[in-house]
Amino acid sequence: MKIAITGMGIISAIGNSVDENFDSLINSRKAITTIGNIPTVHIDVMKVGEIKKTNDELAAELKLDSDNNFSRTAMIGAIAAKQAVENAGITSINEYKTGLISATSVSGMDTTEKHYYDYFDHPGLIKYISAHDAGDVAQKIAEEIGLKGFVTTISTACSSAANSIMLGARLINSGKLDRVIVGGTDALAKFTINGFKTLMILSDTYNTPFDNNRKGLNLGEAAAFLVLESDEMVKKENKKVLAYVSGFGNANDAFHQTASSENGEGAFLAMEKAFKIANLEPSDIDYINMHGTATPNNDLSEGRAVIRIFGEENVPDFSSTKPFTGHTLAAAAAIEAVYSVLALQNNVVYPNLNFETPMEEFDLLPQTELKHKNIEHVLSNSFGFGGNCSTVIFSKA
Amino acid sequence: MEALKQELKEKIIAVLNLEDISVADINDSDPLFGEGLGLDSIDALELIVLLDKDYGIKLVDPKEGKNIFQSINTMSAYITANRTK
Amino acid sequence: MKKTYINGIGCVSAQKTFEGNFAEGFELHENLNFFPLEKPDYKEFLNPVAARRMAKGVKTGIVASTIAMKEANLEMPDAIITGTGMGCIEDSDKFLKAIIDNNEQFLTPTSFIQSTHNTVGAQIALGLQCKAYNFTYVNAAVSFESALLDAKLHIDEGEANSVLIGGIDEMTDYTLSLFKLAGFIKKDEEGSFPILNSKTNGTVFSEGATFFALENEKKASTYAEVTAIEIINEIAVSEIFGKVEAFLKANNLEITDIDAIVLGINGDIAYDIYYDALTKNTFANIPQIYYKHLSGEYNTASAFGLYIGANIVKSQAIPEILKANAATRSEFKNILLYNQYHGIDHSFTLISKA
Repeated sequence: MKIAITGMGIISAIGNSVDENFDSLINSRKAITTIGNIPTVHIDVMKVGEIKKTNDELAAELKLDSDNNFSRTAMIGAIAAKQAVENAGITSINEYKTGLISATSVSGMDTTEKHYYDYFDHPGLIKYISAHDAGDVAQKIAEEIGLKGFVTTISTACSSAANSIMLGARLINSGKLDRVIVGGTDALAKFTINGFKTLMILSDTYNTPFDNNRKGLNLGEAAAFLVLESDEMVKKENKKVLAYVSGFGNANDAFHQTASSENGEGAFLAMEKAFKIANLEPSDIDYINMHGTATPNNDLSEGRAVIRIFGEENVPDFSSTKPFTGHTLAAAAAIEAVYSVLALQNNVVYPNLNFETPMEEFDLLPQTELKHKNIEHVLSNSFGFGGNCSTVIFSKA
Repeated sequence: MEALKQELKEKIIAVLNLEDISVADINDSDPLFGEGLGLDSIDALELIVLLDKDYGIKLVDPKEGKNIFQSINTMSAYITANRTK
Repeated sequence: MKKTYINGIGCVSAQKTFEGNFAEGFELHENLNFFPLEKPDYKEFLNPVAARRMAKGVKTGIVASTIAMKEANLEMPDAIITGTGMGCIEDSDKFLKAIIDNNEQFLTPTSFIQSTHNTVGAQIALGLQCKAYNFTYVNAAVSFESALLDAKLHIDEGEANSVLIGGIDEMTDYTLSLFKLAGFIKKDEEGSFPILNSKTNGTVFSEGATFFALENEKKASTYAEVTAIEIINEIAVSEIFGKVEAFLKANNLEITDIDAIVLGINGDIAYDIYYDALTKNTFANIPQIYYKHLSGEYNTASAFGLYIGANIVKSQAIPEILKANAATRSEFKNILLYNQYHGIDHSFTLISKA
């Protein structure tokens, strides 16, 4: 399996473009702060990875009409998708069999939660009722890039964008599409802030993946899209290939609605499937971008699964980039795909920031400094509620 | 303490949506988690909110719940000692 | 390339579709603009300890998927793929209401956890202990078709021998009131809501769950073969016929090969014009079937449409209550299904006699 990646776009707490994000990553510039855009009573007991733009600024960037009904999720999604399409050098988007596979969990909730009770007294707000669902987010992104074709959205919590990449790759591999824009978007919302708070897995300080004293995650918001194209398209349009999607796997933990199983069965199976598709061995992996949310449960479960796959002595360099950006939910796997491609292009392993104390349960030490080395293959994990476990393997172009 | 135990059983049934269970089915010393009622980690979080909302007790670390929620007896003892409402 | 067969169907809807013979108990609800669910006895299908957290969508999803798998004699699918347009809005509304009403205090996790869109698929997997591929599509009126397309891709490419797919949507009182406010639903004052040749805007809503056990081998329980699916987000009314023609051609068929057409007509004068583009011209003389007067409209109602189409192929007959015209056909070899909502998210599905 070798599906070419020809373009990328991203907007996150650590930058509003691919270059800005990369610059932050190699300079250990995390962007976890106190929340600024959403009024919440929990402001002092949590930190987030917030995109440093207001909704008005995003709307202005997209040149939206004043009567638009774009949610923040839709706006950042559109911005990232447009970047990706431009980066891939696509000028006539409907010329070939083209698709968009988006991912989101928040959808338009970041906006509809503000107006939940207000619609009846404020007719001007009624336009937001249709902006609530995931389909509307994808349609708005499609309209912004001018796409008329196969458009759908995957929503499997925190593994969503990995699954978008997976479907995109399979559709190209089978010849059903010539090219496809895949990725995900999620804005911060009161709904998710409070939701994760009730699960008592939010940290009130900077998240510390794979640290023995980790307290939980920092939520984040982001959007990222990648353009995948068939070999024929790459040749025909003489495209520069940034990297390849060479393997992927999705499996279900079937253990509990939110917690991962102790031995990381779902994660193990997902990684196993990815290696099979890629026709690679664990020893071929040079860097693992872990899901690494810094919750007590995930890091233990993921750590165990990784040890089961690689062998405790042979786990390659690994880190979680969530200390930089926070956990961006349905966008996580997409931004981490962008980071994986950048790692392959620039031969770097990003540091796992904030790390101090190794976990007691096993001998896994994340990479804590930026490391330069040749990178041929990167494995990226993303695990979501509902036991949804996904792995994507990226390979050097 | 008896009135509190009765109250706790009623609240647990309501909050955790245990439709087929009655107050009489829950014994004071029965384990609530694992066996017995068979509650799980999500139920523990629900009970933590119950402690805060109805009795004014705030637990910061969910792991504290493990001992407190062992049985109706342990719950009522803890609440009696720590309630602010 | 292996073929995809519908070997089992389970449906919970506004009609008594979870038991009895096909179409036996179908009833019109012409004086309602929201059809309530015909509820099965959940206790027959659900373990009470697990069920206590489940909202309507999860319960109906589990019932429908259980029936589908039983009919196909399928114990463990190689993949579980669901589609839902609005997701678990019962729990989502509950959690949001609590946030606003209590100013973010004393919130409990259950409704948040159960509100994630992939809850139905996840709960089915949990119940079956199925560790296989598990995706959920959430894209308005093509949510179910995306699941169907992914499932067929699995079978085409030899990635799976069996796939359990389903379309689920639930409705809450509050969301219903918002939809009425937004004009998605016909005004209460109209009093009567016939779907065909309607002159007013809006439609009639409902909820439900329809599951299919798809396999790459024929069985005694086989309804039909799923031959092809296409999803297109935007098509102009004037382009519809051309797109259908192209879709059929890509599958080595002519317009004349279609024996019946199942349409997502929902009585909304603004958007039923898409169906007119087919029914008033090329397909005027073949049986036209509609179903949303029975199922109501919701993002995954087209799964009910597939349930209808599959039954027609299997029985080779169309119950009167489903007929939108008087045309007849002696054999139903190829049936085309077409659906859209609000003029976007168009899907064409082709099913054939197995």
